[in-house]
Amino acid sequence: MIELKHLEKKFHIGDQVVHALDDVSLRIEQGEYIAVMGPSGSGKSTLMNILGLLDRANSGDYLLDGINASALGEAERTRLRSDKIGFVFQSYHLVPRLTARENVELPMMLSGIPVKQRKKAVDDVLDKLNLMDRAHHSPNQLSGGQRQRVAIGRAIVMKPSILLADEPTGNLDSKSGEEVTKLLESLNDEGITLMIVTHDPTLGARARRQLNMLDGRIV
Amino acid sequence: MLWSDIVSFITQVLSRHRFRTIVLWVAIAIGVVAVNLLTALGEGAKSFVLEEFNVLGRNTLIILPGKKETTGGMPPLTGESPRPLTLEDAQFVSRLSGVKSVAPIVVGNLEASYAGKIREALTIGSSRDFFIIRQLSVAQGNILPELDLDKGEAVCVIGNQLQKELFGQQSSLGQRIRIGDTRFRVIGVLKKGGTSFGFDMDDVIIVPVANAQSLFNVDGLFRLFAEVRVYQQLDTVKRAIVDLLTERHEGEEDVTVISQDAMLSSVQEILDILTIAVAGIAAISMLVAGILIMNMMMITVSQRVKEIGLLKAMGATSSTVRTLFLCEAGLIAIVSSLSGLLLSHVITSIANLYFTDLQFYPPWWAQVGSIVLAVVFALLFSWLPAQRASTLSPVEALQGKQQKETT
Repeated sequence: MIELKHLEKKFHIGDQVVHALDDVSLRIEQGEYIAVMGPSGSGKSTLMNILGLLDRANSGDYLLDGINASALGEAERTRLRSDKIGFVFQSYHLVPRLTARENVELPMMLSGIPVKQRKKAVDDVLDKLNLMDRAHHSPNQLSGGQRQRVAIGRAIVMKPSILLADEPTGNLDSKSGEEVTKLLESLNDEGITLMIVTHDPTLGARARRQLNMLDGRIV
Repeated sequence: MLWSDIVSFITQVLSRHRFRTIVLWVAIAIGVVAVNLLTALGEGAKSFVLEEFNVLGRNTLIILPGKKETTGGMPPLTGESPRPLTLEDAQFVSRLSGVKSVAPIVVGNLEASYAGKIREALTIGSSRDFFIIRQLSVAQGNILPELDLDKGEAVCVIGNQLQKELFGQQSSLGQRIRIGDTRFRVIGVLKKGGTSFGFDMDDVIIVPVANAQSLFNVDGLFRLFAEVRVYQQLDTVKRAIVDLLTERHEGEEDVTVISQDAMLSSVQEILDILTIAVAGIAAISMLVAGILIMNMMMITVSQRVKEIGLLKAMGATSSTVRTLFLCEAGLIAIVSSLSGLLLSHVITSIANLYFTDLQFYPPWWAQVGSIVLAVVFALLFSWLPAQRASTLSPVEALQGKQQKETT
């Protein structure tokens, strides 16, 4: 469960102050499927970064499963992030020198999980995403849809409670996009909280709850 | 992150960026090779020089007439007239319990002639033991016979060069040559030995000491070599000799006894300083390699900004990122410096095959030092880039921007 209380985030661009988030309060239950929509500069990415513990708000509180993330130090936020949050990016952000399998394994490796335990978890994920036969391919040998599936595998391998997807189908053709969306939805059906940031109204419309943002506010 | 994972992660990075890895590898290896080769050269030269000085063996004491002081101060007002060191002194010294053998020395230049050919040659009067102490051996014939020190015999051993000049292709053994105004029978020819310790041993005549004294008409000895039985007794024997000669010289200490080690240690000191200076110059090449590492790591960090952002988003802490970059530099430094060390051994081994006079071998401190220095420099110079990488903000790094985290 996520609770945001009066979040404020300001950026200074030149001598201008931009309110990326302006008094945002929000409550998200476990297992929700939410689409965040709005024009560029409306603050959706900032909201996403703060929810993903990649960025901090200037003021306000962020409670993640009862933990006040605003009060934590950087190392603790990193641990919390790797335990609870999975990221899916528009441009996949796979490490090009690693194979599909190694990319999926990366978060577990960074958390120092023993090799044996890792192997099982990665096998499970690859199996679930139908990527077993692509496990030893490098990202540039994969199609866009396959790359995004690898990225989703990497996002869920640590069994997070929240999946944050920033334009997950933005770089994909409609067929692959549809596959990826279905995959994300099936993960949501299994209980993960899914939050998608998108420009695409049809994708946004599929979510059970829509948040429209404008000038740093939820409208 | 597990150490095994760190190593495999870095290995993947290094093998992926092959060009960069090779450039760093070469730079560090060159530094290590430079340090090892130059010190090997220094050490080789040192052992060559020390060997030259070492012909006497470290069990040998050199006794000089007169008290030689190096402490400075006012010279004595009365004229110095040291008592000569005599053959009798030599005989007394030879009877001391710790002394194995003595070789009294009388030297001078005399004309030697044979069949109308005249050569001026350094003439050394000594005993059979002189050959043993100086490690001289003959190519033909024999060394001087065993004689009482005060008994002469008109025989001589001549140097290789002198034999050629006086006799040409002819055999010299058994022939009589005139030295000064006495005729001596040649009983041996020295092996070609080259110069050592200032004496050109190819161009000398060695006669029994008693004959030399009468040739030069002197009582005193130029110096006296005494060989002790065991090295551990060197100082005791030295003291005993001084005491004995002081007593024999009416209570006045008018001889100087020096050991080989005392002479060597000053030479060694100079050569050591030279070697260290050379090593220091070589270490500068390591510094250059270090700066290259810093530049390369800086470029790496810029190139891999997105990856760093991703690693951070995936749960890598700042210290994990820093560790990854430091270990990357450390690993390459270890691998390159070890291969540089290997290369220096290959080069010195080849050099040793071709230059048999000089033996090159990098000293252990240079081997260890060059590796430690390479790794320390690598870590030191990659600290800044690693620090920069670790402070990148994940949000901006993911977008490819290189700004510092603002927290």
